[in-house]
Amino acid sequence: MAQTKRELLIDPMVDNNPITLQVLGICSALAVTSSLQVAFVMSIAVTLVTAFSSMFISMIRNQIPSSIRIIVQMVIIASLVIMVDQVLKAYAFEISKTLSVFVGLIITNCIVMGRAEAFAMKNPPIASFVDGIGNGMGYGLILMMVGVIRELFGAGSLFGVTILETVNNGGWYVPNGMLLLPPSAFFIIGLIIWAFRTLKPEQVEEREYKIQVVEAH
Amino acid sequence: MEALLSLAVKAIFVENLALSFFLGMCTFIAVSKKISTAIGLGISVMIVQSITVPANNLILTYLLAPGALAWAGFPDVDLTFLGLISYIGVIAALVQILEMVLDKYFPPLYNALGVFLPLITVNCAILGGSLFMVERGYDLAEAATYGVSSGFGWALAITAMAGVREKLKYSDIPDGLQGIGITFITAGLMALAFMSFSGVKL
Repeated sequence: MAQTKRELLIDPMVDNNPITLQVLGICSALAVTSSLQVAFVMSIAVTLVTAFSSMFISMIRNQIPSSIRIIVQMVIIASLVIMVDQVLKAYAFEISKTLSVFVGLIITNCIVMGRAEAFAMKNPPIASFVDGIGNGMGYGLILMMVGVIRELFGAGSLFGVTILETVNNGGWYVPNGMLLLPPSAFFIIGLIIWAFRTLKPEQVEEREYKIQVVEAH
Repeated sequence: MEALLSLAVKAIFVENLALSFFLGMCTFIAVSKKISTAIGLGISVMIVQSITVPANNLILTYLLAPGALAWAGFPDVDLTFLGLISYIGVIAALVQILEMVLDKYFPPLYNALGVFLPLITVNCAILGGSLFMVERGYDLAEAATYGVSSGFGWALAITAMAGVREKLKYSDIPDGLQGIGITFITAGLMALAFMSFSGVKL
């Protein structure tokens, strides 16, 4: 093992973030970020599913025939997601209503499958578990960042608690309604990626075409 | 009939799976560099979507819904909690079958779409379509319409995106935005454009 447990946990948050660098799991990441509470629940759900599915898959990795491994992984992930879904329905019904189909879509979240395939199939259970937590938290970090921006400036509140008093309630802040609409999530993620890559220039992608300065005659 | 037509228009433009629900984003970003591959993937998604949504609707109506097993003598059984695992199973199986059928009877189409078919199993747009069908309680006719039109909407979005990106690669973009950064912002602008359809009343 080249990486220590600590690296496995910290590395996916900034250096190797699943969303900004590996472009995994954005499918559901964007839709649930208009309120911070929902984004928080979603991050926890994804972290748990990733961690436990990686652990279970890693436990039986030597028994899975490689030709049917995708189906086996799918079944494990789907069973865990069903558990999360049932727990949410039982204890947090309102949030589960807001998340609607996106809980189910954790099954097809590329982070879960990606970590199962890329890490858990080759590493022991404990390391896979830590790796799953790390990646889930890397995903959660971006989700929370987008959630804070969208809820604070779009509705003037955080976790449903008013921070900026809006004009409608007799305050001074005019909320930017566009931040609650879907397109804003694309812009915010785009800008976050820009910020991450400016801080870490080694993550910048190669240009396909270079702009060349042609000297005047 | 009119209800179905308005459902179709709504699924293609107003509630576009890719641009207003962010479904299938991973493939949407990864496979939209060239128009030809984007069209190939778009068509595959449309085919799979048109089969899986009605198929899952039948599964829900005759096997999973509360009381659906009455024909087998179990009127009190409610298997809806098995929904997620059944839908993903149906999708995986259908994609596999479709791959084999195409390979046997339509080799040229198989060669063109072959690489994308396995990718489709884990495409959120497909599972998302089935889950929306369940959540909104569509009947079989509505499910079939929704399957075809939502798949078409996704294909439309990825083809348009690929068209924009083919031009985009010649532009002078700041280093940090190169690649996926600018793709996200472009997708955001396209989503804004699609939102203007929400004013269309049928």
